[in-house]
Amino acid sequence: MKPKKGRIVIDSRLCKGCYLCVSVCPNECIGISEESNEKGYHPAKVIGTKDANDRACTGCTLCAVICPDIAIEVYRG
Amino acid sequence: MEELVFTRPRYIKKAPFHYCPGCGHSIIHRLVAEVIEELGIGEKTIGVPPAGCAVLAYDYFDVDMGEAPHGRGPALATGIKRILPDRIVFSYQGDGDIAAIGTSETIHTANRGENITVIFVNNNCYGMTGGQMAPTTLLGQNSTTTPGGRDENRDGPPIDLSEMLALVRGTVYIERTAVNSIRNIRNTKKAITKAFKAQIAGLGFSLVEILSPCPTNWKMSSTDSCRWIDESVMQTFPLKVIKDEIG
Amino acid sequence: MDKKLLMRGSQVIGEAAIRAGCRFYAGYPITPQNEIPEFMSGAMADLEGGTFIQAESEIAAINMVIGASMAGARAMTSSSSPGISLKQEGISFLAALELPAVIVNVMRGGPGLGNIAPSQGDYFQATRGGGHGDYRSIVLAPAHGQELADLTRKAFEYADRYRTPVMILADGMMGQMMEPVVFPDPINLDELPPKPWVLDGAQGRPSRIIKSLILDTVEMEEHNWKLDRKYKIISGEIPHAETYMTEDAKLVVVAYGTAARIARGGIKRAREMGLKVGLLRPVTLWPFPDRAIREMSRLVKDFMVFEMNTGQMIDDVRLSLEGRSNVHFYGRPGGIVSTPDEIGKAISSLYYRQHLKED
Ligand code: SF4
Ligand code: SF4
Ligand code: SF4
Repeated sequence: MKPKKGRIVIDSRLCKGCYLCVSVCPNECIGISEESNEKGYHPAKVIGTKDANDRACTGCTLCAVICPDIAIEVYRG
Repeated sequence: MEELVFTRPRYIKKAPFHYCPGCGHSIIHRLVAEVIEELGIGEKTIGVPPAGCAVLAYDYFDVDMGEAPHGRGPALATGIKRILPDRIVFSYQGDGDIAAIGTSETIHTANRGENITVIFVNNNCYGMTGGQMAPTTLLGQNSTTTPGGRDENRDGPPIDLSEMLALVRGTVYIERTAVNSIRNIRNTKKAITKAFKAQIAGLGFSLVEILSPCPTNWKMSSTDSCRWIDESVMQTFPLKVIKDEIG
Repeated sequence: MDKKLLMRGSQVIGEAAIRAGCRFYAGYPITPQNEIPEFMSGAMADLEGGTFIQAESEIAAINMVIGASMAGARAMTSSSSPGISLKQEGISFLAALELPAVIVNVMRGGPGLGNIAPSQGDYFQATRGGGHGDYRSIVLAPAHGQELADLTRKAFEYADRYRTPVMILADGMMGQMMEPVVFPDPINLDELPPKPWVLDGAQGRPSRIIKSLILDTVEMEEHNWKLDRKYKIISGEIPHAETYMTEDAKLVVVAYGTAARIARGGIKRAREMGLKVGLLRPVTLWPFPDRAIREMSRLVKDFMVFEMNTGQMIDDVRLSLEGRSNVHFYGRPGGIVSTPDEIGKAISSLYYRQHLKED
C-alpha cells in the first residue's frame, strides 16, 4: 500500500512553541525555529532535508489534534 | 486532489488564544467547538464561561456566551435553560469554580437534573490567580498556598467532585477524561459528544471532567505536564466513565 | 377591570409581578417574605411558560435570575435583609451586565440575624448600590397595598427600559397587611419592546457576549461612565415623591414606606391640635426626589425625618436641602413599629421646640 501523503501549514503567529506537536509527530516532521515570532515565542516549523513539505508527513493530523493553539492545518492527498 | 483534513472549527473565532503555551484550556475549547459543529447546534447553543483563566472563553467561542460570577455558572445556566428549554446550554468551569466556591450550585443543579452540560476543567490549581491550592490539588503537590506540598491534615485531601455528583440522582452521564495525549484527547471529544447528546435528548445533567495541563503553575514544560498527568494526576483522578445512564 | 381584591401584601407583589409579565421566579425561604415564594410557586405552576425554582441559596436564586434575564425573561427574586446581603454579588453583576431584574426586599431588623420585625435598616444598602463596584439600583418604596401592585408593575417596566436591577423595598408589616387592591390588566408579553441583546442562540445573526470583565482600564472607565450616564438619565426621569398637607406646612415630615403611613397618622393628630404639619413621602428612594424636597425648602424651614432605623435617609434629605433648612430626626430601629400617637407627640414637641407655633 502506498503511504499516505500529507502536508501541514503552521501559522507561526499563533504558535507558542510548546513542543507538543514535535513530541507527537511519528515522522519527526516538525522542529522549533531559531527565530522568535512577534509574541516572543519560538514557533514550530516543518523540517526536512529536501522539500520541507515533502518529507514523511502522512497527514495523520496528530500534531494538529494536540496543538493547543490551533496553529496547524493539515492537508492530505 | 489535496484535501484540507484539519482546520479551525467553525465555532472558534479567528482570534489567538491568550492561554499559556501548552495550556489545556484551548484544546478543550476546540473540542467543544468541534462537537457543537458536528452536532449542528451552533445556532442554538449558549455557553456560560467561568471566572478564572477561561473567563475569556467568550472571546473564543463563536456562540452566544453569558458570563457568570465565580462558581455560579450552573445556577445561571439553569435560568437560561428554563426560559429556553430547546436551546443547548453548557457551563465551562474550573476546579476552584466547580468544586470550591460553586459546590452548592453544582450539586443542586445536578440534583434538579437540569438538562445542561458542564465542562469541568481540572488542572489541580487556581491558574489565573497564580497557582494557589485548588480543591483538586494532589496530596504533596506544591502550590503557592501549600508550602511543602498539600498536606492531608492541614489542607484536607483532594475532593472527588465527579464521584460525588454520580451519587446525585439528577445526573445521567459523568466521565473523567484528559487532554494530555492524542488518545485521551480523542476520548475527551467522544465524552463531550455524549454529554451534549444527552442534553439534546433531554435526559438531564451531564458532565465531563477533563484533566488538563497547567504548565505555568506546575512549573513544568508542556510535554512534562502531559506526562505528569499520566504519572501523578491519574493516580488520584483515574480516567473512567463514572456514571452512564444514557445506555 | 376595576375589581377590588382583598389580598395580603406579599401576594399583591406576586400577583402584580405575574400581571407585569414575570415568567421566572427563584427564591429561598426567609421570614418575613415566605408568602412571596409560596404564592409564586402556585402562580407559576398555573402559568404557561412560567418557572418557579426554590433555589438552594440566595446566591443561586439571584444567579438563576441573571440567567433568565439573559435569556430575555422578566425575572424576579425576593428575600429579606440577610438574604439580600447574600444576593449583592449578583445584583452588582446585574448592574454591570446591564440586565433587567426585579428584587424584592421585605426588610427586617438587623444587623446580623436581627429579628423578623418590620424595619428600614437596609436603606443605605439598597440606595448606595449594595454590592461592590460603581453602580446604583433603582429603589422603589411602596407604602400601601395599591402601591405594592402599581410599583411592582413599574419595577418591571423600569428594569427593562433602563436595563438595570430594580429593588422594591418593603417591610414585614406591608407584606402581612390585608388591603383592597385594584390590579392593572395583565400585559401582553408579545407587545413588549424587543430585546436585541438577549442570548437565545446565534441564529442568523452574529454571536453575542454578555460580560462584565473589562481588563482594559480605559474601556472599564468608559463602561463606568456609560453606566453613570444612564444613572443620570434615570435621575432626571423617575424621581417621585408624594405630599400630604404640605400647602401651608411649617414642619414637613419626610418618611417612606411603613414609616410614612405611621407619620400620616401622627400628622393627623398634630393637625387636630392646630399644628401646620405635612408629609413628604419619597416613592423612589434611588433616584432620591431631591428636587421636590429642595423646592419645599423655600417655604419650609424645618424638616423632620422619621425612619425605622437610626438615621439613614436623613443623609439624602440633608444632601437635597444643601443646608437650606433645619433637619431633625426621629427614629426607632430594631423592629419597633411606632404608633401614630408616638409620632404625633414627637412632631408636636419638635414644633414647639422650634417655636413654630409663635409666628
Ligand atoms: S500530520 Fe502527522 S505526520 Fe504530518 S506533521 Fe503532523 S503529526 Fe507529523
Ligand atoms: S503544538 Fe501548536 S503551539 Fe505548540 S509548538 Fe506545535 S504548532 Fe506551536
Ligand atoms: S495559568 Fe495554567 S490554566 Fe491558566 S492559561 Fe496558563 S497554563 Fe492555562
